[in-house]
Amino acid sequence: MEFLCNLNWIELLKCFLVSGVLCVIGQILIDKTKLTPARILVIYVTTGVILGGLGIYQYLVKFAGAGATVPLTGFGYNLANGTIQAAKEDGLIGAFTGGLKASSGGIAAAVFFGYIASLIAKPKIKKQ
Amino acid sequence: MKKIGKQTIKFNNPPTILECATIVGPKEADGPLAKYFDRCLENEMWGEKTWEKAESKIVKETANLVIAKSGIPANEIEYCFAGDLLNQCISSSFGLRELNIPFFGIFGACSTFVEGLSLASIFVENGIKHTISTASSHFCSSEKQFRFPLELGNQRPQTSQWTVTGAGATILSNSGQGPYITSITSGKIVDMGIKDANNMGAAMAPAAFDTMMTHFRDTGRSPNYYDAILTGDLGYVGKDILIELSEKAGYNIKSVYNDCGVLIFDKEKQDTHSGGSGCGCCASVFSGYLFKQLKEKKLKKILLMATGALMNSMSSQQGESIPGIAHAISIEI
Repeated sequence: MEFLCNLNWIELLKCFLVSGVLCVIGQILIDKTKLTPARILVIYVTTGVILGGLGIYQYLVKFAGAGATVPLTGFGYNLANGTIQAAKEDGLIGAFTGGLKASSGGIAAAVFFGYIASLIAKPKIKKQ
Repeated sequence: MKKIGKQTIKFNNPPTILECATIVGPKEADGPLAKYFDRCLENEMWGEKTWEKAESKIVKETANLVIAKSGIPANEIEYCFAGDLLNQCISSSFGLRELNIPFFGIFGACSTFVEGLSLASIFVENGIKHTISTASSHFCSSEKQFRFPLELGNQRPQTSQWTVTGAGATILSNSGQGPYITSITSGKIVDMGIKDANNMGAAMAPAAFDTMMTHFRDTGRSPNYYDAILTGDLGYVGKDILIELSEKAGYNIKSVYNDCGVLIFDKEKQDTHSGGSGCGCCASVFSGYLFKQLKEKKLKKILLMATGALMNSMSSQQGESIPGIAHAISIEI
């Protein structure tokens, strides 16, 4: 119960609001355009990179925390941010290594959990 | 046989559709035509390890079933025409490899069923006694090949159609009491520049329109000659487009026209978005439902027009448009 009491509900609301809006944009793109889900995915990542590189996305991260870093745009932001940071520290080499370094946790987790899921789950037909 | 008009062949001794058989998947079995199918599967996998193996098994068992139902010994069936949607038509060739009947693998995308019947009827008209034709599709193997693997779990857009899991098989014979294939109108490739692989009804409707108009012109018939005009798998989107195109050309087909992709699923209960599609759609609706309607003389003259979208996953990725095709056969009893 203490955990619930200590929750910052306003923070939580902001988090869900921002990630929810990002999802709504994706849903509109699926329903109203001919973009395939794979393309939408790539658009989200590159948008995150661009907004991150221009220093815009960080305001969203400050405002919504995980609500902005967990969606795919957050992955793009992470790539851009890591690249810029590392380039400042290590120069040209950093520009190449920084992006993947910063996002390595996410990438490794995706591979690991994807592998686990493929071991325990079987593809099934869709409901609709 | 005699060529009439530009694209139509009229038969002097029309081949009889002796027997039909169809096996479908569980979703089709939940649909409004369930009672007409010979066999409904409880599971899309049918005890196999892969979707592809399951589809081959459906083809194999449907062919065996139609042979058994017809009572004609397999060694008296002289030619086999079969096709499906998978690369190199493996569902048909793997499914029918033990059939021991001279085999023509054909590809006309979802128009394959009628393409097979068209070719088989020319053979039968020219002295062949019995032929077998099959066509099949499987939702899961098609999604994997043409769109996205099921593991991705992505949403299907509203215009997309649901590939029917199922196969239809028919035996044509040079003697019998009908229903007869009296003429065939083979379609041209029509490409109106539609690029969306999730809106195939719109890509195929112009081809269906072209073949239908050519059929009327070649034969001198009009829509009201037929009790029913059926397209293979235009779905809801394509069906409306075909009605509209016909109206503009001065033909009112509304009262006799329907689409197999619309008939096979329940729009409200099953939510397939834009209806059914796939080789198995036209094949199972004809072999299950329409054949029985013809046999019972509830329908006496029908124009069956299977529609195909002649793209592959590579052409979609490279941004090519989708060429459409439609093959028509008139069946009368």
